[in-house]
Amino acid sequence: MSDQTQEEGLILNGLTKILGGRVIIDNLHLTVKKGEMVSLLGPSGCGKTTTLRMIAGFLIPDKGDIRLNGKDVTLLGPEKRPSAMVFQNYALWPHMSVFKNVAYPLKVRKLPKDEIERRVHEALGVVNLMHHKDSRPGQISGGEQQRVALARALVQEPDILLLDEPLSNLDAKLRVKVREDIRELQRRLGITTVIVTHDQDEALSISDRIAVMNAGKIEQFSTPQELYDRPETEYVANFIGSLNRVEGGYADGKVIPGDEIVGIRPEDVIYSATPTPGAFPATVSLVVPRGHFSEVYLKRDDVELRAFISVDVPRVGDTGFARVVKALVYKDGKLVRVA
Amino acid sequence: MARVKARVKTSSLGVKIFLYIFMALMAVFILGPLFWLGIHAFVTNWTYPNLYPDGWTFHWWTRVFDDSALETAIRNSLIISPIVVIASMVICLPAAYAAGRMNYPGRRIFLIGMFAANSFPKIGLFASIATLYYALNLMGTFLGVVIIQLLGTIIYMTWIPAAAFAAVPRNLEEAARDAGASKFRVFRTITLRLAMPGILVAVVMSFLASFDEAQGSYLVGAPQIFTMPTEMYSLVQNYPIQVAAVFSLLLAFPSVLLITLARKHIIGGQLAEGFQIK
Repeated sequence: MSDQTQEEGLILNGLTKILGGRVIIDNLHLTVKKGEMVSLLGPSGCGKTTTLRMIAGFLIPDKGDIRLNGKDVTLLGPEKRPSAMVFQNYALWPHMSVFKNVAYPLKVRKLPKDEIERRVHEALGVVNLMHHKDSRPGQISGGEQQRVALARALVQEPDILLLDEPLSNLDAKLRVKVREDIRELQRRLGITTVIVTHDQDEALSISDRIAVMNAGKIEQFSTPQELYDRPETEYVANFIGSLNRVEGGYADGKVIPGDEIVGIRPEDVIYSATPTPGAFPATVSLVVPRGHFSEVYLKRDDVELRAFISVDVPRVGDTGFARVVKALVYKDGKLVRVA
Repeated sequence: MARVKARVKTSSLGVKIFLYIFMALMAVFILGPLFWLGIHAFVTNWTYPNLYPDGWTFHWWTRVFDDSALETAIRNSLIISPIVVIASMVICLPAAYAAGRMNYPGRRIFLIGMFAANSFPKIGLFASIATLYYALNLMGTFLGVVIIQLLGTIIYMTWIPAAAFAAVPRNLEEAARDAGASKFRVFRTITLRLAMPGILVAVVMSFLASFDEAQGSYLVGAPQIFTMPTEMYSLVQNYPIQVAAVFSLLLAFPSVLLITLARKHIIGGQLAEGFQIK
């Protein structure tokens, strides 16, 4: 029994939050293992930030409870929780130097001066910012501010690290680098982490598991691979990756009339100029260059499928043959089979 | 269109000259009286049609400092104004925080009402306050003068700090809570520090408002309590003009000093960074 609670870092049990008469979070359950990195992924307004703020203690749930390392923290204020948060806009204090920003949580804990100094230096070393320790937040770049915010969270040695859209204020190149840095650091320190994001790329590349959220509920909670290969609901299939959505049925590699929804990933549509077994004739109706591959629209009768093709890209008006190798079939929004 | 542009360009030198002349006139208009005042504090006599003063002297300064009535007025002013500012801070800053940070019914009416009270001619208000003062035995008392000056500072001490408190981003406070700080510590180390430039401006404005206040102070203070501005009334009538000049300079001195100090601290200090005032 005690082993089990040791294993479970964070448990959200039946969380419900009503704000302004609207149910924002609706009976939400989630278990994050110790040392695991979990993403809360969803569009804006799905309740992911509200959930994070309840974990941090800024909001008290109307129903349900929150357990952290086997301890009930549901009613504790943020200052009493062993959690540390990195805010979307970093929330660094402009009137303090980088060093003082990172030292603040330790000063609050009334640690001896030399220990504060040692731990702040350690944290700044981890995020590679020792040379900026006397700068003010206004004098360093966005990426550096982000790392200061991370150091300020890590210096507290929290039981859980909470990241609220930590990369959304960085430019595209830096975002990829910083997310790899965060992942590497998280693995090395083995710190339980919950990250909120609306960016599926970010979630897929950084997390052990992803909780896809929709209208205050978790639609699916699984590993990135599983989420992509076997989306349990139509909503998740649409949200993660690209999808051809066709109303009808599916049998033997062909879309047939029916009352189901067929979801086909563009990379599962194979195009060839010559006939292959199981393929159907199709006309190229549109080609959109996307850099290292092209998005090709293939049309047969009233069905149009998108395919990703990187070599021998056909031209508009070409006729050829298309074959579907994998399809997800949904009924009433739920996955019924993978064919 | 192009021709119009060209014409503007050719006349730009003329515009420039006109602007310089205008600025020079404005400078004479604004600085001239101050210059006249500054000179008069140090001259034996300087009257039309003489281009230069008759002679230079420190006589008027010693006369001011030797006169016990004037000395009392200076002392009163230097005691009353700081008390007014501190009392105003104690009363108004919590109100400013509430107005800036909390949403409660009547918040707007409270803030607008503050302005409304200031939009009436003050002398009328003071007259009715005077009748109240007689009933409360505050006429001619130290406390009476403090209260009347306090009223004039309220608008500064609520509106400016309210805006400063409202401008402190919430998540800077949340980050401090998350770091383990108690609500009071967050207020002391984050909110108050970040609102400080606004509070300093309010302190300066309030001090000047109190230090310069004459109407109300005269009405409820005279003849028992005289401050520097109210003393000016009798000065202008009963003393040579040079004494009034000296007194004016003394009256201006704390204001100039305070504004210089505050300016350095608000615009040049570290606090500016938080507000991106550069």
